[in-house]
Amino acid sequence: MSDATIHHAGDRKWTDYFTFCTDHKVIGIQYLVTSFFFYFVGGVMAEMVRTELATPDPDFVSPEVYNQLFTMHGTIMIFLWIVPAGAAFANYLIPLMIGADDMAFPRLNAVAFWMQPVGGILLISSFFVGAPQSGWTSYPPLSLISGKWGEELWILCLLILGTASILGAINFVTTIFKMRIPDMDIHSMPLFCWAMLATSALILLSTPVLAAALILLSFDLMAGTAFFNPTGGGDPIVYQHLFWFYSHPAVYIMVLPFFGVISEVLPVHSRKPIFGYRAIAYSGLAISFLGLIVWAHHMFTSGTPGWLRMFFMATTMLVAVPTGIKIFSWCATLWGGKLQLNSALLFAIGFLSSFLIGGLTGVMLAAAPFDIHVHDTYFVVGHFHYVLFGGSVFALFSGVYHWYPKMTGKMYDETWGKIHFVMTFIGFNLTFLPMHYLGMQGMNRRVALYDPQYQSVNQICTIGSYILAVSTLPFLVSMALGFIKGEAAGRNPWRALTLEWQTTSPPQIENFEEMPVLWAGPYDYGIDSESEDGDEDVEDMLTEVANVA
Amino acid sequence: MNIPNSITTLIAGIVITLISLWYGQNHGLLPVAASADASDVDDLFNLMMTIATGLFLLIEGVLVICMFRFRRKKGDLTDGPSIEGNIPLEIVWTAIPTLIVFVLAIYSFEIYNQMGGLDPMASRGGMMAMHNHGGGHNMDSMVAMGDTNDSRMAIGIGKSPGDGDEPALLVDVNGLQYAWIFTYPETGIVSGDLHIPEGRRVQLNMKAADVIHAFWLPEFRIKQDVMPGQVSKLSFVANREGTYPVICAELCGSYHGGMKTTMTVDSPEAFDEWVQSRTVAMQSQDSVAVNPSDLSDAAFLQSYAEEMGVIENTLEQLPHVIPDDAVSVLPQ
Ligand code: HEM
Ligand SMILES: [Cu+2]
Ligand SMILES: [Cu+2]
Repeated sequence: MSDATIHHAGDRKWTDYFTFCTDHKVIGIQYLVTSFFFYFVGGVMAEMVRTELATPDPDFVSPEVYNQLFTMHGTIMIFLWIVPAGAAFANYLIPLMIGADDMAFPRLNAVAFWMQPVGGILLISSFFVGAPQSGWTSYPPLSLISGKWGEELWILCLLILGTASILGAINFVTTIFKMRIPDMDIHSMPLFCWAMLATSALILLSTPVLAAALILLSFDLMAGTAFFNPTGGGDPIVYQHLFWFYSHPAVYIMVLPFFGVISEVLPVHSRKPIFGYRAIAYSGLAISFLGLIVWAHHMFTSGTPGWLRMFFMATTMLVAVPTGIKIFSWCATLWGGKLQLNSALLFAIGFLSSFLIGGLTGVMLAAAPFDIHVHDTYFVVGHFHYVLFGGSVFALFSGVYHWYPKMTGKMYDETWGKIHFVMTFIGFNLTFLPMHYLGMQGMNRRVALYDPQYQSVNQICTIGSYILAVSTLPFLVSMALGFIKGEAAGRNPWRALTLEWQTTSPPQIENFEEMPVLWAGPYDYGIDSESEDGDEDVEDMLTEVANVA
Repeated sequence: MNIPNSITTLIAGIVITLISLWYGQNHGLLPVAASADASDVDDLFNLMMTIATGLFLLIEGVLVICMFRFRRKKGDLTDGPSIEGNIPLEIVWTAIPTLIVFVLAIYSFEIYNQMGGLDPMASRGGMMAMHNHGGGHNMDSMVAMGDTNDSRMAIGIGKSPGDGDEPALLVDVNGLQYAWIFTYPETGIVSGDLHIPEGRRVQLNMKAADVIHAFWLPEFRIKQDVMPGQVSKLSFVANREGTYPVICAELCGSYHGGMKTTMTVDSPEAFDEWVQSRTVAMQSQDSVAVNPSDLSDAAFLQSYAEEMGVIENTLEQLPHVIPDDAVSVLPQ
């Protein structure tokens, strides 16, 4: 069956999207739609968490259910929303960007995708046996005594999704290295591909360690061994080390692909070359390397000796340098450009302004003496939502708007897209900014009941979260209007230079009619360079391509 | 590229600096500091807040300016200038953050060290004391830990008292779902809330009965996980009288949010009085027929246990005498 779908010319049937199809574009869309589904599931849970926190007493749900809700919320948002959404863009875009007709291992790719719904269903089915309630970190001994079957399902889900993410990473790396059109050397590759290289390296190096930790945890849980159980002589701190050895890199796994998205969106909509191509490309690799040696900053208050805390404080602070390089370079890309403030660019600028705050609070958290005060408080909840929501999710929306015309062949509705941006931006800041204050004042996280003095600030957060919830409606409207009556987008509505814009929208099954020609660098905006075959300048070629459609 | 003229840039730079300097000192985000160490941590935070404010204003300012000044004119289909980088600029924005994080790392290290985070007792305490039999002040605390000490390291933050100093007041802390129990090994007092004198070093030797908890004193800016099977410690000197929250900061089960009590910092005299009154109460409990009847500790706590989901056998591990207010702090 898969062979038939790999190289069969003709039209895409809508049923392909529900089958084991090996076309990377179908898989990309499958990933994207599935992850959006889980975003809504995780979002509903977040709203229930916020509703509970509107009052200091555990009155909306019981404390047990509250713990289940934030555990499931965190797990779903990470493993079934952001990580697969990154894979969605990677699957859809990498072959198109490098001029290939598919990924290196199409069938492996489809297998990796179909593990998503399996993992997701397993996780959600845990509600029937008592969902896990020891947080997405699942520290023993608590995780060993708060519901066997829910915890085991959680472990299985993560093992499946972790495996899928390894398969995906193998595919991305191989494709990027082996399948570029001959003209494209590694330094004329779009930055999104660089970002996926950095991401994949992290996935390959760290995910196996998580798997090991989870398997041992599972033995403790099911077979009564004592790897991590102190009552039998085990060491719960070892679990924390293994867990964070994966889970700190995981935050970069969640954000690096979206750094890549931003590097694509900014130049196109500000009509300027990316500022410092190599600096951005290499700083991604630097983040990826440093990301492997900072994990114990999550354990500054745990069973860690002082010298170890100091070592990880220093390495963590260093991450600020490559991250800073990126932020400055992106700002410099905008500066002096000709910005078209459409939904894609608005979300990209929203990304810059929110991720900045997450980065600044991140440096504060790296300073061990301060982290000891705010660790496990709402300050941290505020911080990581600025990184994951303000960072990844804003960039994700930016990418969805940017490539929507390519994926569907139609334009989304701009007005509703802008409304979506404004509501998301307001709701997001209202929800998460006050949390920093709460945490510093003394409100710990993962609590269903809290001190009444924090009620008013919590209510601001809750109202913000409702605005956020409603903000998904204009998004859906914009997408739906585009789908129903959006004007045809043509090949290259943004007059962009990366290869995916050279083919039809949506791209035909074999991606390109003939091997695409690399007649400009990915970000050569404003350059009056001569094209390879003649005397037309880039500008004219662009308009020409746009007119072909 | 449109570089705004240097006067405007200069003024903007000065304004940003002034705002940052002011806000770094006046953010009002932290609760009162009740120890000298806490004030040091606040100084560190204020510095970080100053730098963060500056960078925040700079970058957000650039973004806002871009959105207004560099917006594309309608119908303009031309590209912007083709600037692909600027090596001196890039060196500057690599060097400055590098410098900033070096300063912050060294400063943080200093403060951490000053708080006693690298004190041998804190980082390698158990080991040290085991091998260092002649060793002076460390020994007291190790003895006090009694059977709670295994061969593992005592982890935590806080200085041991210097050689000439008054010895620290020792308190054994036991964390269990969902309460803190404090035992004063020198006097035998057992309490559900913590009382300490102002101005004298206090050392908490902490252990958990069931799962991992974390002992957090927001007004002292210190926090340390309390683990089953491994002793951790905190040591600090309060310099401000008052009653402060003690909060469990590590998820420990459904009523994690209810796991809190208070720490009262008394003047030395008031603290002595408290110790007196407690000792008397204990003695009368021993001679007179024991108050809440003759119930065992476990039976005594049973009703609370059911309500809160405390696992029964953790109750058995409780210290022997449970005064009334050990339970009065439990969530009702
Ligand atoms: C839809 C808007 C969202 C809202 C209102 C929201 C709200 C919250 C709140 C209030 C908590 C803290 C719960 C507690 O500590 O008691 C939380 C935890 C968390 N959230 Fe979100 N969140 C949202 C979106 C996201 C997104 C997009 C991510 C991205 C990956 C995410 C990842 C997490 C994680 C990992 C946790 C930690 C869970 C744990 O403590 O185990 N959230 N969220
Ligand atoms: Cu981390
Ligand atoms: Cu707790």
